Amino acid sequence: MIRAGYLSDPRLRPLEWLPWVLAIACFFTAPTYLPLGSYVLIMMLFALSLDLILGFAGIITLGHAAYFGFGAYVAAIFALRVSADPLAGLVVSALAAGILGCLTGLVILRTRGLTLLMLTLAITSICFEIANKASTWTGGADGLGGFTMQPILGLFKFDLFNRTAYLYCLVFLFLAWWLVRRLIYSPFGASLTGMRDNVVRMHAVGSPVYQRLVAAYTISATLAGAAGALLTQITQFVGLKVLSFDLSGDLLVMLILGGVGRIYGAFVGPVVFLLAQDSLAKQFPEYWYFGIGLLLVLVVMFARGGILGIVDRLVSRRGSS
Amino acid sequence: MPYRLIACAVTIVFAASTGIAVAQTVKIGFISTYSGPTAAQGDQLDKGVKLFRKLNGDKLPPGVSAELLVRDDGGANPDNAKRIAQELIVRDKVQFLTGLVWTPNAASIAPLAAEAKVPFISMNAAGVAIPYSSDYFARVSFTLWQSSYPLGQWAAKKFKRVFTVVSDFAPGHEAEEAFTKAFRDGGGEIVGSIRTPLATTDFAPFMQRVKDAKPDALFAFNPAGKQATAQMKAYGDLGLDKAGVKYIGPGDLTTDEELQAMGDVALGVTTVHHYSAAADRPANKAYVAAYKKEYGANLNPGFMSVGAWDAMQLIYDAIAAAKGKVEPQATMDFIRQYKNPNSPRGPIALDPQTRDIVQNEYLREVRKVGGQLANVELEIVGEMIKDPWKQFNPKK
Amino acid sequence: MQEFASSLVSVAFHGVAYGMILYVISVGLSVTMGLMGFVNLAHGVFAMAGGYIMLSAMNDHGVPFPLALALAFVSVAAASVVLERLLYARLYTASDLEQVLLTIGLIFMAVALARLIYGTLQQPVFLPAYLKGQYELLGRDFPAYRAFLIVFGALLVAGLWFGVERTRWGAKVRAAVDNRPMAQAIGINTSLLFTATFALGSGLAALGGALGADIIAIQPIYPFEHLVYFLIVVAVGGMGSLRGAFAAALLIGISDTACKYWLPEFGAFFIYAATIAILLWRPAGLFGKA
Repeated sequence: MIRAGYLSDPRLRPLEWLPWVLAIACFFTAPTYLPLGSYVLIMMLFALSLDLILGFAGIITLGHAAYFGFGAYVAAIFALRVSADPLAGLVVSALAAGILGCLTGLVILRTRGLTLLMLTLAITSICFEIANKASTWTGGADGLGGFTMQPILGLFKFDLFNRTAYLYCLVFLFLAWWLVRRLIYSPFGASLTGMRDNVVRMHAVGSPVYQRLVAAYTISATLAGAAGALLTQITQFVGLKVLSFDLSGDLLVMLILGGVGRIYGAFVGPVVFLLAQDSLAKQFPEYWYFGIGLLLVLVVMFARGGILGIVDRLVSRRGSS
Repeated sequence: MPYRLIACAVTIVFAASTGIAVAQTVKIGFISTYSGPTAAQGDQLDKGVKLFRKLNGDKLPPGVSAELLVRDDGGANPDNAKRIAQELIVRDKVQFLTGLVWTPNAASIAPLAAEAKVPFISMNAAGVAIPYSSDYFARVSFTLWQSSYPLGQWAAKKFKRVFTVVSDFAPGHEAEEAFTKAFRDGGGEIVGSIRTPLATTDFAPFMQRVKDAKPDALFAFNPAGKQATAQMKAYGDLGLDKAGVKYIGPGDLTTDEELQAMGDVALGVTTVHHYSAAADRPANKAYVAAYKKEYGANLNPGFMSVGAWDAMQLIYDAIAAAKGKVEPQATMDFIRQYKNPNSPRGPIALDPQTRDIVQNEYLREVRKVGGQLANVELEIVGEMIKDPWKQFNPKK
Repeated sequence: MQEFASSLVSVAFHGVAYGMILYVISVGLSVTMGLMGFVNLAHGVFAMAGGYIMLSAMNDHGVPFPLALALAFVSVAAASVVLERLLYARLYTASDLEQVLLTIGLIFMAVALARLIYGTLQQPVFLPAYLKGQYELLGRDFPAYRAFLIVFGALLVAGLWFGVERTRWGAKVRAAVDNRPMAQAIGINTSLLFTATFALGSGLAALGGALGADIIAIQPIYPFEHLVYFLIVVAVGGMGSLRGAFAAALLIGISDTACKYWLPEFGAFFIYAATIAILLWRPAGLFGKA
């Protein structure tokens, strides 16, 4: 997979249609795996949102679950108290998460390094505490359920096998992918990678670094919030886990595994991680946990580009020989 | 000629499928907690289930076997638990769902079980309202009202002023409400109440508040395990026992598998609960002996393992009654009428209206028996009682 | 008013005891991050290891309390040297992200190992008899163990201050923190210094974990559960500053305790809000260098 970026050719390569073909094929060939499949698609959207700021803008955050969780809770509260229409709920939740992202981004993106990391952690922790305490709105530790989503556009009902849910998530993942891809291949995307690689120089050339970072952060939060809302709508339940540090940590592992800064790392990582977890973690949860830790250490030491990085190296070696 | 052959074949197949001894496997989906900070509680369920399978796994009609599909929900993750349950139903086609340490997880799964018509039996999750949300939910464990309400009635006769400290989540609220209602109805005064955050590790400041209020007794509830131990330690550290404040609460406080680790500060703590490992009825003696033989002589079974054991007994009895052909509605009818006089905890039954557990509640005190700490059962304070909350809150 | 003053004293006492534990555990992290610029999120693993070693020694082998503490300190410090040489040293020049990832991976491995070896129940803590009970002072009771923690912590603070301000080793550390290339240029063996300081920091974490086992329970999920608090101490105090870590630890210990006493419903909300406020006002921490 070629590294995405402003200087590369923005036209779609045939290989880039592969993920979508595979996703549709899964729908037909693995009908009992659609609950897992829907979860994988949601995690891909979430990972894509993280890749935008981590891989392309270089913002290291351990608190991206704040926006995912915020979107998830807004979707639940909206469905319970306003309207159980899925599309309306999705739009409202994504926008709400985007606004939170913008406000928090304005405040914290003036800092860098450990300070920024700490602030992202603290924000997620505060969101978690609020959700925990405001139980009349959020259900507290018990979570929020008891709402049934209406059929999408009045036609497509959410069924027990998650058929509707899977296609619903796929459509929005596609839209998000399209958006992110356009962004990366634009001058805006170029300035993001510039800030990641050498922020001092970006200041020197007069680039409005702070504004661009906040803009990227806001878009990322919107996508994360959309992912959270999708999860709430297809499971028709929301719990505190969506705001936890665990989730941020798992997401980071998934993205690193796939490869940061490549768009498609956000596709490969969650698929590999979640499928492996599905088959291995059931039997041996301790060994799974240990294995993931070991994998992470090995990836950092020897395979810094993740799976796609390894693929790159293999491809280029074969090309040169 | 071919037509007769086909007719013959069809007849044979039809005859075979109508139940001449064909091996049947009943699939049971078991969702427990194996990872995360609360894995210790899931471990108790796991131990109860595995022990039952080892000792009674073959007690099914001939040709019928039961397969256990084990899943980890990772803690109080209702969305994750719901997805796991969905996959068990859709992918693995289980005929029973059981397990569940956590109320939020069970609450999210219960409507799903009703939609898919899969009997769902809780081995632990104790939230009072869950049976109202699903006709396919039954519970073989306990509710906090069942233990705390009789305790409140007993306490009203012995103490005038009580301070309550509970963990700030649904079971904690339920315990506090149940105790407070019974205690006040009996003429007592609640001099203070605190709800501690679930993540609390250091209870000293809270115990200091209690000490300052000088009550006759402290009613407490924490999730069974490290929190219960930590609060008891703080109670001892601050000298509340010496100051004459008695420590009371539901049996989760002195759960048998953690009791030894609490140390002598637990001596004299009075609780009300449905199970004690020290009970000397024959069914319990056999259970404890089998447990120690399997898992180690210095380990004690806790009430959650008994919940798992009894639930497995119920499921196996249901399978036997259906002769291996588990049909959802018939199974739920069987469950509604279920009685088991021989549980390690004493006689149990299910309430036909609510499918919730009906059992004895015992008053116990922690004493030293044979050099070890034990919850000694003193008297029955609730004989085959139903969940009091449902009596005060009938389904509309 | 008398009541209020009395509860104030009690809150201060418990808060300082808790703060001391946080300090002992986190001071090593502050120095490591300030000195080596290495984001070591796995610091809690050392504290947990110290707790497990001390408790195993005491519960399974009857080792007396002081000896068990020393054992925890020494063994974890030694193990950390191995870890530093094999893994950490290779990533000193790597990006922040890679350091974060490596150390998170280490936490996963440590948590899984702890669960495999020790099981999921928390370890029981049986304090020696001479540290149990209460002392009476001015009409209030003070638990003996917490008094011990405060005294021990104070001695440690004094010892560290002396070591850093008054010895040659301390001077070298301060020089290397301020300007590593310059320190190297004048002949200080910075990599040996790093290893030694890292070992000391990890040993202290182990000591803190062992001492604090009564307050902060030792169980497999420990490094994740308390990571945020350790990081808060370091970030709010300022990386590389002993004074900062001490001030931040006390601040957190006392405010956390005060909140529990007067506003239990707020949980940890106040701590996080305060952290955000302080970090926005002073991004480098209270005593950090910008």
